[in-house]
Amino acid sequence: MNALADFYAKHSQLLNQIGINAMLALSLSVSLRAGQLALAQAAFMGIAAYVSAILALTYKWPLPAAILAAVIASTVVAALLAFPVRRLRGVFLAIATIGFGEIVRVVANNLSLTGGAEGMSGIPADVTTPVIYAALAAVALALVALSRTKFALAVTLTREDEHAARGVGVDVGAVRTLSLALGGAIAGLAGALYAHSAFFITPGDFGFARMEEILVWCVIGGVTSPVGAVLGATLLSVLPELIRFLADYREITDGVILLAVVLFAPGGLGSLWRRGAVRVRV
Amino acid sequence: MLALEKVTVRYGGVTALDGVSLAIERGRILGLIGPNGAGKTTLVNATTGLAPLAGGSVILDGRRVDGLPPHRIARAGIARTYQNIRLFGALDVRGNLAAGAFARRARLHADEVRSLLERAGIPHVDPGAQASSLPYGDQRRLEIARALAASPGVVMLDEPAAGMNPAETHRLVETIRAIAAAGIAVLLIEHDMTLVRAACDSVVVLNFGEAIAHGTPAEIARDPVVVEAYLGTGAEALA
Repeated sequence: MNALADFYAKHSQLLNQIGINAMLALSLSVSLRAGQLALAQAAFMGIAAYVSAILALTYKWPLPAAILAAVIASTVVAALLAFPVRRLRGVFLAIATIGFGEIVRVVANNLSLTGGAEGMSGIPADVTTPVIYAALAAVALALVALSRTKFALAVTLTREDEHAARGVGVDVGAVRTLSLALGGAIAGLAGALYAHSAFFITPGDFGFARMEEILVWCVIGGVTSPVGAVLGATLLSVLPELIRFLADYREITDGVILLAVVLFAPGGLGSLWRRGAVRVRV
Repeated sequence: MLALEKVTVRYGGVTALDGVSLAIERGRILGLIGPNGAGKTTLVNATTGLAPLAGGSVILDGRRVDGLPPHRIARAGIARTYQNIRLFGALDVRGNLAAGAFARRARLHADEVRSLLERAGIPHVDPGAQASSLPYGDQRRLEIARALAASPGVVMLDEPAAGMNPAETHRLVETIRAIAAAGIAVLLIEHDMTLVRAACDSVVVLNFGEAIAHGTPAEIARDPVVVEAYLGTGAEALA
């Protein structure tokens, strides 16, 4: 028991990171499952982090209320973002959503409300490791429950062939909007928890580098596999600690891992245990 | 059942369909023939909401459906197959049938898989097989099974015999007749006149976007206007 407590004390920061990163990976995998390369997760995360931090710090809201408001805010923004990008697909969608992410970062960099480039510090940091993992479990359960609904079938069909999906009665526009909003909600939850488990946040925390990181986790895990996404996030969060002697070469080791996965397991880690035809529940 | 009234479709300056009217009844098979580019597939696209109408109306069971988005029209009970097969290739056979059933209220029941495959004439196909791994003819028939999974009132088959040999085409006639016999209105687009004659109750001929003839298959085959559209004028002079 002592050893466990010792481990926890030593690594709670890392454990928090893994939980939050896993949520971010899940959030992106929701979009990718619907075949939408929408890369605004870091922005959704940032919006929620700032909303929650401002409400808790400046307006003295209790944490649960601030976090809830933050998740609602990022969800609404994500749903609204679906409208201007409704005709964009593939890399064009990726570019537009990355652009949106940059807008969010630049705005946060220049508003006095968000503390500008220096960010915000002294954020109430009462979110503990168990809270983060409870949130992760809740997200995972919600996604499992969702996978048994007709919506999950609509998502799969939209990914496989939007044109044919329309032909069998799928409202492709609604699927895109809902999956973006759901991704926004999950990323927002991760962002709010991030703000309240770290003491300070800066616009740079939610920039393109973060988005790229999330995408790499999903690619390594397998773009349509939520379990793979969590594995990818965990692996790449733990690895830098295990090979700390290579710390100076972190970008290089990450790149080598990505390359190895793309070359030897193009479907990601998730594809190693799932092969053949895509099955849907009937 | 399904009625198209003076349907006009324009792509830019090209009039792909020009005031075409036709009606399909439950239990009947209407053939739609015409040379390449006559507007046959455009007619299916106009009916299913993929091509916007420049004029006219589409009426399903007394309700106008033109102007509705494609997914609403599919849910209203119009199912189709595609000239170029559009299965969900990565999904298994069962998944494709579940996709077809998306348009209706009730989800696909496991017991239905077998009977849908039988109705489409492919009882031997493994429901767990990946759709894209099936032989070409089976893929065409799986598209028919997917359309039937929607429990539709109208089925539009866009050249279902394309790429099939005469024996396969012959068996397809039975399949299509059985679909209509189950009380479904069938529109059959086809080049193969043997199939049209064997399967259809009546035929509409399209040429340059206009319906130039309407009648039983036998009447159509004798119609000089139709012969001219297919063979061109002065055919006698060549002979």
